[in-house]
Parts: sequence; structure tokens; C-alpha cells
Amino acid sequence: MSLFQAFIAIIRRDLLLAFRRRAEMMNPLFFFIIVVSLFPLGVGAQPHLLQTIAPGIIWVSALLAAMLSLDGLFRSDFDDGSLEQILLSPHPTSVLILGKIFAHWLVTGLPLILVAPLLAEFLGMPGDALWVLIKTLLLGTPVLSLIGAIGVALTVGLRRGGMILSLLVLPLYVPVLIFASNAVEMASGGLPVDAQMNILAAILCLALVLAPLPASAALKMSMS
Amino acid sequence: MSIIPKPVGLFFHKMASPPHFYRFTGRLIPWLSWIFLILVVVGLYGGLVLAPADYQQGDSFRIIYIHVPSAWMSLFVYVVMAVAGGIGLVWRIKLAEIVAISSASVGAAFTFIALVTGSLWGKPMWGTWWVWDARLTSELILLFLYLGVIGLYGAIDDKRTASRAVAILALVGVVNIPIIHYSVEWWNTLHQGPTVSKMDKPSIHISMLWPMLVMAVAFKLYYVIAMLQRARTELVIRERNSQWVKTLLESI
Amino acid sequence: MNWQEFFAMGGYAFYVWFSYGITFVVMLIIAISPIIQRKQFLRQQALRLKRQDKS
Repeated sequence: MSLFQAFIAIIRRDLLLAFRRRAEMMNPLFFFIIVVSLFPLGVGAQPHLLQTIAPGIIWVSALLAAMLSLDGLFRSDFDDGSLEQILLSPHPTSVLILGKIFAHWLVTGLPLILVAPLLAEFLGMPGDALWVLIKTLLLGTPVLSLIGAIGVALTVGLRRGGMILSLLVLPLYVPVLIFASNAVEMASGGLPVDAQMNILAAILCLALVLAPLPASAALKMSMS
Repeated sequence: MSIIPKPVGLFFHKMASPPHFYRFTGRLIPWLSWIFLILVVVGLYGGLVLAPADYQQGDSFRIIYIHVPSAWMSLFVYVVMAVAGGIGLVWRIKLAEIVAISSASVGAAFTFIALVTGSLWGKPMWGTWWVWDARLTSELILLFLYLGVIGLYGAIDDKRTASRAVAILALVGVVNIPIIHYSVEWWNTLHQGPTVSKMDKPSIHISMLWPMLVMAVAFKLYYVIAMLQRARTELVIRERNSQWVKTLLESI
Repeated sequence: MNWQEFFAMGGYAFYVWFSYGITFVVMLIIAISPIIQRKQFLRQQALRLKRQDKS
């Protein structure tokens, strides 16, 4: 089996497993919707106020939803031993892990992007900003999955890894949060957002290249 | 090996052996402590007594003599931790692993000090305890990174495995720190406009500057002392069943 | 310069001395705690070793 075939096989397998447990798949999505709709209840429903903080609300909620969904990335494979098989395979682990991350993003990240326009409408975001929001989510959520994979790989062997995972991963999410929510905010003011988009794309490229390496090293550490 | 002079190579080779390290640092620490004390006394005398009061900030600027050195150290220690962790990860040198994890709590302490003194300095200058100033914010995120390292080390029972985990995390963090730093700085200039950062002193007078440099050297020495103390403790605990610890115990 | 003036710090006494105080305390704790921990551990181990020798 060539490397590319193995990569595709991993993605297909993970997608198949995810579709068998559809109910579980929806949880991060519902979490995202609920958190966003809690904000108007907490800060009051003045349209102007909501409009101002909408980018921040949506992005922070997406961050938390992405983080909560991370645990499923390696958990079941770790429990049933298939992770060991992946590490033992002749192909470079980092590429196979990239496949797993991509599948995970398709299952948890993509739904967030599809539902985001609805939530943006809830919060009264102007139409121009909507497209920018979707674009930032497209560029940003893969980064969240990639960085998150390092954190999960480090904590997958722990019984209570959830709390420590958030401590490890959230500080590393800061740049994505800053650039993405700022781009949306600028777009609602009718300002150009090319700079933020380029930086987000650069961060995504960097994460795509670099993140699988520590993630695979950490998995080997967790399995030993 | 050829570019490293032979005595230096020999020194590091010896230092990688736990009993040697333990004995050598045991003799080194008193000397370092004396030099540290002298530097602190000189630095504080220069900073608190000799340096004139700032024409804008009055005497409150004297917090600079601990705030800036600890802010410098907070970053420096993180880099040292990542480098030591990387060495431990690649060559499996036990002492490098121990140095990495022993640095974490000292670095977190420096970060904490930089945050608290920054806030205490901010109160008379800005009128509030906390301002989302670029430097304070990145220092806060750095503290979170340190807490992550310490938390991860504590969560894994097997300490050799924990050291490797910490090394990976520290290396990831060290790649991220510049990105985080610049993103926070960029965020800050956008949201607050060009604030007059009163902590910025590009043209500081020499009478105010030298005590700060002395304090910076003193803080570096403090880091070495505190890190070595931690490393010695960690070493004894990890090597509790080895022969040299047993001989050490018999001498008590 | 008299002492009173020195301690008053031009009206900023609280901020300056609190900063220095908290720095001192934190640094002291960080430097001393591993020494105490090590002494305790070594004492404990020595005791264990003695007990093993007897039995």
C-alpha cells in the first residue's frame, strides 16, 4: 500500500466509524449552538451590543467546541489498540496522524462552519461579515484540530486528561482567536481584512507542516 | 566533537553522571549564593537609593528593578527549558530532563512576579490594577503555558515518560511564543490605539540603567541556584535505589 | 537622605514595598522548598534503610 493509499484509508475508516455513531458526532455542534445562544441571555439582548461582540462570541464558542471534541480524536483507537497498529505501520506516523486529524476535522469542524451563518444571524451580524466569518472558520478550525492533536496525543494515556488538555491547548489557540475574530470585526465595519486572512493562511500552513511531528512523537511517548 | 574543546566536552560528560552532578552542584551553590547576595545588595542600593526619582513617575518607577529582570527571565527560562527538554528527548540524558522540569516552576515564579509587579506598577500609573496591555497579556499567556507544563508533569505518574511529554510540550510552546507575542502586540495596537506605554523607557539614563542590569545578572544567578536545588531534589528522588544515593544516606 | 523619606518612596510606599515584598517571598519559597523536600526525603529514606538492615 502506498503512502497516499494509506492516508486515504485512514480517513475513510475514521469517517465510517464516525458515521456509525452519528449521535456522538452532533454533540460538539449542539454545544456550539447552546454556548452562543447563552450569551444574549447573559449580557442582555441589545442588538448593538450583540453585534459588537458577535465575532468574539462565535469564535470563543468555536474554540471551546473544538477543544471538547478533541478527546474523541485518539480515544477509541487508544482503547482498542488500533493506535498501536498505526504506530507500527511502515508509513511515517505523522502523515497517518494528519489523515486522522483531517477526518476529525471533517466530522467536527465542518459542521461548525455550516451552522455558523445561522448563529451569526442570531447575533445580528451584517452580511459582509458573514462571508469573512465563514472564511476565517475555514482557515482557523483546521488549525484548532492540528494544535489540539498535539495536546490529545500528550494526554491520551491519562485517565483524567480532559482538564489538563484544556490547560495545554487553549493558550496555543490565542493567535488564531485574535486574528480570526479581529478579521470578522473589521469586516463588520466595512474594512479590508486581507492581512488577517493571509496571516491565518500562513498559520494554517505552518500548523499543517509542523503539528503532526510533535503529535506523532507524543503518541509514541503515550504508548510506551 | 572537534569544535568543542576537550576540557569542555569532558566537563559536560562528567556532569551527565548523577553523582558527579550532585556533588559538584552541592559545592557550587554556596558560591553562587554569595555572589547572588552581593549583586542583589549592590543592585538594590543602586536602584532604591542612588538612582534619582523619575521626573514623570516619581519613586514608583523603582519597581522596574524587579519587574523588568523577572519579565526577561520568564522568557529566558522557557527557552532554556525547551532546549534542555530537547536535549533530553534526543539523547535521553537524564540530567537534561531534570534540568528542564526543574526550570518550569522557577520560570512560572518569575512570570508570576512579573505579572504582580506589573499590576502593582500599573495601579498608580494607569489608575487600575489591570490593563490589557500587550506586555502584561503576553506575560499572562506565558504563565498559562508554564502551568500547562507543570500540570502535565504532575499528571503523568512515570517520571521518565512525563519528562518526554514535557519536552515535547515545551518545544511546541517555544515555537508558538513568538507567534503569540506578535499576535498579542498586534491585537493591542488595534484595540487600544497607540497607548502611551509608560513602561517603555527607550532612553533610560545610565544612573537608572546600571542597577537594572546588575539585578538582571542577579536574577539569572538566582535562577541557576533555584533550578539546581530543584534538580538535586528531583535527582535524589528519581535515583533513590541507586548505589550512590545509598552511600549518601549512610553518611547522614 | 533620611530613613523616613526613603521608606515613604515619594508617596508610592505601598506599591513599591509590596512589589519587593512579594518578590522576596516568592523567591524565598521557590528556593527553600526543594531543600526542605530533599532533607525530608533523605531522612525518610535513611530511616527505611535502617529498618531494612535490622530485619
